Amino acid sequence: MRFIFKTEYDQDIRLFQHGGQLFWYGLLGVLLLAAPLVVSGYVLSQLHFILIYAIAGLGLMLLVGYTGQISLGHAAFLATGAYTEALLQAAGTPFIVSLASAALLSAAVGIIVGLPALRLKGIYLAIATLAFNVIVEEIITRWESVTGGSSGKLLKPIELFGYRLSSQESFYYLCLALAVLSCLALMNLLRSPTGRAFVAIRDSEISASCLGIDLARFKTMSFALSAALTGIGGALYAHKVTFISPEQFTLIQSIELVTIVIIGGIGSLHGAVLGAAFIIMLPQGISIAKGWLPDAVPQAGLQSVVFGLILVGFIIFEPYGLYGRWLKIRTYFDVFPFYRRGTFRRQRSYLRSERLR
Amino acid sequence: MTFFAIDNLGVRFGGVVAVDGVSFSVKQGDVHTIIGPNGAGKTTIFNLIGLIYQPTTGCIVFQDHEVRGAPHDVAQLGIARTFQNIELFEQATVLQNLLIGRHRHRVTNLLDELLFRPSVRRAEIAQREAVERVIDLLDLAHYRDSRVAELPYGIRKVVELGRALATEPKLILLDEPSSGLNPEETDDMAFWIEDIRALGITVLMVEHDMNLVSRVSTRVLALNEGRVIAEGTPGEVQSHPAVIEAYLGGGE
Repeated sequence: MRFIFKTEYDQDIRLFQHGGQLFWYGLLGVLLLAAPLVVSGYVLSQLHFILIYAIAGLGLMLLVGYTGQISLGHAAFLATGAYTEALLQAAGTPFIVSLASAALLSAAVGIIVGLPALRLKGIYLAIATLAFNVIVEEIITRWESVTGGSSGKLLKPIELFGYRLSSQESFYYLCLALAVLSCLALMNLLRSPTGRAFVAIRDSEISASCLGIDLARFKTMSFALSAALTGIGGALYAHKVTFISPEQFTLIQSIELVTIVIIGGIGSLHGAVLGAAFIIMLPQGISIAKGWLPDAVPQAGLQSVVFGLILVGFIIFEPYGLYGRWLKIRTYFDVFPFYRRGTFRRQRSYLRSERLR
Repeated sequence: MTFFAIDNLGVRFGGVVAVDGVSFSVKQGDVHTIIGPNGAGKTTIFNLIGLIYQPTTGCIVFQDHEVRGAPHDVAQLGIARTFQNIELFEQATVLQNLLIGRHRHRVTNLLDELLFRPSVRRAEIAQREAVERVIDLLDLAHYRDSRVAELPYGIRKVVELGRALATEPKLILLDEPSSGLNPEETDDMAFWIEDIRALGITVLMVEHDMNLVSRVSTRVLALNEGRVIAEGTPGEVQSHPAVIEAYLGGGE
């Protein structure tokens, strides 16, 4: 077990609290950098998806896990990012500009969607964002002159400072860099006043506002940042699949993003990354398992059933997701042999003030 | 200068008149207590001051300016409050809770924070120093890194007081600071209220424990059914016939 002796406030502020963390994250970084040299093309392609979904998942995590606002419409931001990128690339805009535009336009749409969030809570907000998803899906299907309708849009490889990122490896490094930057930006945000204001809104709106936090402003800000990150994810997604069409941005996609957040572990950035890895690897796992299953088990729809079961299982047995499970395992070894089963049990919360407004 | 005054304040919810033309003023440096039986409108007055409810009549004046706008504007003026049933950020640590209390002293902007520029680090350390002073004052050092959800009720009550103090208020509203506390903890609370007053912070509180009230209050206001029935020193109010009648019922 490690005891950290603190002698200055900076120790609570810095990103890595002790040498051990630095070592393990350093090792992870080296492995990620070396991955293209080691793994096969297929695995690398899966890593692309994991990184892309991790970026989109980080965006949703900020909103759901840290600000406590539910969104069942994040596929719409993914679509906004993807179509902005496709259209601007076709118009010959440099990648840096088109990526920034994808983020900014998604953020702008996020602010518009955030407006009802100022009045709606919980299930009502979920329905509003769900409706938004359907609207955006409809718009991109019908607005054929711009989006190409159901026949979709094709994308060319990215050109960055005159280099064509057509190889798997170069695209991988681009995704990795953007994922790391997104992580760092969110980690910075969460150790600053704005991040704390988000957490305050999540835990108690009434006391947040009594401490001077402008609920409208910070909720809108959270929606905008969340949408911007998901938009960046969308732009990369568009390049990854090279062909985008409305059926990639349906409600199912939104639910997949929510699944990332819940399975990964709500309220942790690790969770978004773990959840993304899980959701990309699960279909592979299922198709491997199919080979061993008896023929009597129907093949069609198996994936949805397994997905659903896992989601329900997590909500019932491990509400803090994969990251929560990891924390428990780590604590078990940290304090061995003194781990108590109840260590992480949620305490009964005391009577709270009647919900005002 | 008027430090804090309420003039003819009233609010009705449908047909119920919860607060009916209440006027009083609080002098700077006082510990002003509102007492009254259940349903007298004490907490409603706090919610009106905090602009959580919009008053139907009357106005609130703080340092010669009318208090108006949204709840977060009240905090920016330097009015902090605690809640009767504790409204802490339960999934955060004590330290984080107190740091959120520093929100109104935020000096950094979003872009600086995303990049965590050196100015943000300096600001964070300054906020931390301010929070540590509160932690020292309220003896919370032991709980600094505990999650609020793990703490017993008595400690939470102190953390909530600390969070309000971290905002560096000029006026602090305490809604039943001793409710749910044992006699020892109530004793501590009395000491802290005296300390807060010594810091130059004016206290307006709602309280039922008459021992605590007479020990720390400089002025007491008694309410019943949304109206002021008596005002004066603790002794005067306790012996006021209207107060005795409100609590014990009138003689037939």
